[in-house]
Amino acid sequence: MIPAPFTYVKARTMTEAHEALATHGDEAKLLAGGHSLIPLMKLRLATPSVLVDIASLPGLSGIRQEGNELVVGALTRHVLVERSPEVHRLVPLLAHTAALVGDPQVRNRGTIGGSVAHGDSASDLPVALLALGATFVATGPSGSRTITAKDFFVGFWQTALQPNEILTEIRVPITGAASNYQKFTVRSQDWAVVSVAVAGDAIALGAMGEIPLRATAVEAALRNGAAVREAAQLADSDTSPSSDIRASADYRRHLARVLTEDALVAAGR
Amino acid sequence: MSLVGAKVLRKEDPRLLTGRAQFVDDFKPTNVAFAQFVVSEHAHANIVSIDTRDAMKMPGVLGIWTSHDFADYPDLPGGLPDLERPPLATGRVRWAGEPVAVVVAEDRYAAADAVAAVRVEYEVLPAVTTISEAVAPDAPLLFPHHGSNSIVTVPMVDDLERVMESCDMRATLHLVNQRCAVVPIEPMGCLADWTMEGLTVWATFQAPHHLRNKLAAWLNVPHTQCRVIAPAVGGGFGAKIVWSPELFVTPLLSKWTGRPVKFMQSRTEAMLQMTHGRDQEHDLEVGFDKNGKIKALRFVVTQNLGAYPDPTGLGLPVLTGWMAAGCYKVPKVQTAFRSVVTNTTPVAAYRGAGRPEATYSIERLVDLVADRTGLDPVEVRMRNFIQSNEFPYETHNEAVIYDSGNFPEALRECVRLLDYDAVKAQQAAHRNDPSKPLIGIGFSTWIEIAGFGPNGSLEGFGHLASWESAQVRIHPDGSCTLFIGSSPHGQGTETVVSQIAADELGISFDRINVVHSDTATVIQGIGTMGSRSVPMVGSATKVASQRLLVRAKKIAAHLLEAAEEDLEVANDAFSVKGSPGKKVGWSDVALASFQPLRLPPELQAGTLEERLFQESPNFSYPSGAYGCVVEIDRRTGKVKVAKMVLVDDCGTVINPLLAEGQVHGGAAQGIAQALYEEMKYDPDTGQPITSNLVDYLIPSAPDLPGFIPGRINTPCPNNPLGAKGIGESGAIGSPPSVVNAIVDALSHFGVEHLDMPVLPEKIWAAMNSNHTTHNANGAGR
Amino acid sequence: MRRIEITINGRKHSHEVEDRTLLIHFIREHARLTGSHIGCDTSNCGACTVLLDDEAVKSCTVLAAQADGQSVTTIEGLSGPFDGLSNVQEGFRQEHGLQCGYCTPGMLMACTALLNENPNPSDGEIRHALEGNICRCTGYEMIVNSVRWAAENAGGPK
Repeated sequence: MIPAPFTYVKARTMTEAHEALATHGDEAKLLAGGHSLIPLMKLRLATPSVLVDIASLPGLSGIRQEGNELVVGALTRHVLVERSPEVHRLVPLLAHTAALVGDPQVRNRGTIGGSVAHGDSASDLPVALLALGATFVATGPSGSRTITAKDFFVGFWQTALQPNEILTEIRVPITGAASNYQKFTVRSQDWAVVSVAVAGDAIALGAMGEIPLRATAVEAALRNGAAVREAAQLADSDTSPSSDIRASADYRRHLARVLTEDALVAAGR
Repeated sequence: MSLVGAKVLRKEDPRLLTGRAQFVDDFKPTNVAFAQFVVSEHAHANIVSIDTRDAMKMPGVLGIWTSHDFADYPDLPGGLPDLERPPLATGRVRWAGEPVAVVVAEDRYAAADAVAAVRVEYEVLPAVTTISEAVAPDAPLLFPHHGSNSIVTVPMVDDLERVMESCDMRATLHLVNQRCAVVPIEPMGCLADWTMEGLTVWATFQAPHHLRNKLAAWLNVPHTQCRVIAPAVGGGFGAKIVWSPELFVTPLLSKWTGRPVKFMQSRTEAMLQMTHGRDQEHDLEVGFDKNGKIKALRFVVTQNLGAYPDPTGLGLPVLTGWMAAGCYKVPKVQTAFRSVVTNTTPVAAYRGAGRPEATYSIERLVDLVADRTGLDPVEVRMRNFIQSNEFPYETHNEAVIYDSGNFPEALRECVRLLDYDAVKAQQAAHRNDPSKPLIGIGFSTWIEIAGFGPNGSLEGFGHLASWESAQVRIHPDGSCTLFIGSSPHGQGTETVVSQIAADELGISFDRINVVHSDTATVIQGIGTMGSRSVPMVGSATKVASQRLLVRAKKIAAHLLEAAEEDLEVANDAFSVKGSPGKKVGWSDVALASFQPLRLPPELQAGTLEERLFQESPNFSYPSGAYGCVVEIDRRTGKVKVAKMVLVDDCGTVINPLLAEGQVHGGAAQGIAQALYEEMKYDPDTGQPITSNLVDYLIPSAPDLPGFIPGRINTPCPNNPLGAKGIGESGAIGSPPSVVNAIVDALSHFGVEHLDMPVLPEKIWAAMNSNHTTHNANGAGR
Repeated sequence: MRRIEITINGRKHSHEVEDRTLLIHFIREHARLTGSHIGCDTSNCGACTVLLDDEAVKSCTVLAAQADGQSVTTIEGLSGPFDGLSNVQEGFRQEHGLQCGYCTPGMLMACTALLNENPNPSDGEIRHALEGNICRCTGYEMIVNSVRWAAENAGGPK
């Protein structure tokens, strides 16, 4: 219930944030909404000795359109994405998925950047963003770089972010393509047992492996003219779902097929 | 206007709605220190050493104690000889979560750090967490000197084999009533302050007098030096009647540190240390004829007690056996039980305490009889019911005589509210339409044993007695205080007894206050459990009020110069029938009651006080008929409860709003047991794997249905109110209706039973038991 | 240690606390407002829900340091025209939306936030909005009824 002791540093500028990360290295973790990190710290499953609070960094919250991309600041809270008329209009999948993250209190605090950087394949937004072909902008001490969603998630709770990098933007192509997000839970508060996001021709799966995965076999089958139901049967190809307290691997495979079909149908395929 | 039977809003609410009510953790006396326990991380191990040196050096640490420090004190009360539970694990830990040492520090943050720094060395032993593991031939023994993990065995007198053989049909069922965690939203905690004047303990507890009596004996102090108060209590459901060692240890910590010491569990600690509920397995056989009449019932219970036999836990299978035949006339019933210990949290009462287990089994059996005979489950119930003119009904056990009931009427009302024929038609239509969910309908007609109880009943669980106390006191201004022996924690008992007293005394509801849960002000009480409050303390309040009113009328008659028999009392005044001008206020009567010069010669000052320890000749037997309609997603197995009808018979209803609230809450727990909840242990290590609310699935609002209530009323003949109690009804009656509905939905797959919790994956597996699974390459398996 | 100042129910509370102090503990232990409760340690139960700058948050999952300089409303800050009670509080009283009362502070704050954003929610919307609040006593239906009452009586006593 009580986190181990740590030092709290409030970064007022990006430079301050980078300096804090450089000074403390492995011992430091970034804090934005805190709704992935603080629960772990309360159970003492994470014990960083420094927390660098970046929630006040200017310019990192907000939603805007830049040409054919929707740009969401990494510090934008889920509730803002959920309710933004712009997001509903331009990339509705993102709004619908944000509305399903956690519960209302969690959505008031959690940030899109925090959710992405946590790298949990059972989280909703990473799955949707993978299907959307999003790119993430990360800023280090020597400048910014762009990482595609495909390259971003590398392992269980592991992303391509370097220890001294801070996620600043999530950029999502505006395509107007039909989309849908499906999430299976036993109880409404739970993380997804399995989730599926469809955005245009792309299909992404959550909780079917250590990272969010593209359902490439389904995508290929659809491209080759297969019917939705038939293609959806391939949803669990090249996946490695685990058996845990929530579900067996076999059940997850089955759910992946069912949810893929449902998502495709709901997206009008 | 009579308040009894009216929807009266609660006296309890203003302080709770404004955040002014005080729960244990809200008290922060000057200089209070905080205790936190070091707990075993192993399910079964010998304690080799406990190294507290690093922890002792940490800032804010006042001390660390282990079992050696309690060597002069006995084991916790109520255990079985040689199987008692020590206050802290001594030499051996028997479940993951058992307290091993205790840290006291300046605040909870310092305590948490110190607890993390205590190093305990264990020699890990093999663990058993299930009944079958515990009784296997070479099972590791929790109490080697006992020779077995089997603690109590009460065999059957006659195995009924000859009767069964003579039946047209017979059917067996092995059922698991799974282990549940009680999860009151407020965990266990206490604050102890041992000063020169004595010890005061604030504890979140359902029976503070019981705690005071046992604690004083354990500490070897007189009752005059030991006060226990239960302040606002955030739910109990039976787990807060248990002798948690923290309640005994914390007072000594206060004595030894010379400071008030508070202890408050985190949720994870509560999941492991608060007693669990249920965890019974049943081996059942029923013999019946082809018309669905049940002739014989063989009912064998195995109870998992957890690591230490708890006084309440020991009684659970007894109650289960008593209620084995439910609402039915079964000519031959034989019950047996065996209770075993395992390396898990001890098991004790959880809403229903032994009766949900009985109801679940008999109601599943009745549906099985329906299935095998091809008869409608409603019809099978009707054919086997005890009829309404057959009460009092002597069951297979001489301790159990059902008082009253009308099971056919309750079931008819349930069927009507469910719109049974329409739902059956919809079920048939959906069965043939693959795009629609499968519909299932399940009933549960149940009876339970409540209103604890007749003399001897609670004594069997270690309580002082089985009465309940009420003391009615009139103040000089005519207002009234009720001192009750109950300890409500959500039931609204303050409101209910005020309604009763207001009706009896003619004193307005707002001029009555209720005092409870303090051993300094309430002479003695038994506590709130076993759905006993309305029948016992409600009756005590009624009778005490009536007796007091006799003397009040004497005073009023004297003041009015009227005849006692002509007096009426209402709206805080006594008036004379037929003489509209003749009136004296309760305030004047009350004042006079202290003034000898104004009293009739036969009365002394101070007679407007009445104290009563109300006994009951029997338990009470609430009953009901619940009906559940489920919709099951054919592809995922996910269950939606589409309709939940709850027809209750609790006899006289004092406050219909509160009665319904009790049923809703119990039904929510029952549905949650049927669909979501289960305490699980790793089969290899014995580690609990559902020790927080992420993994232990308590549902929130979107997961539960609305409820359709119904009521019939067969008064209880055994108390002046005619009330039976209703607190546990929802939790007892609802699980079988849900499971019966699910099995009904899946019957065309040949499914005859699924164990709780009936998770979607279980349903999917049952629907696809012939399903061939494929790996990614498409090869069949 | 650091000095944190948070305005709670309109009053500034300034205390020297450890960096790791959770907002719920700042409120309960330092500001001594014990109306908000703790029911779990995994951010599930919602008993600790308060309004942080008018948004419902689980104060057990926020550091006091993160809320430095901000404004919090707790149950003690609710008031209104029903003998001092707000429409949400009075709705719970009228419709028996509480039994033991332990989850109630969090429920009241979550319901207050809901009605601030959606003055006329359907039953389904109410249940969805309370997904993050666990009650063990009521079975939720009377809580839903309480919110409906509050919505219908938002204008005050009739």
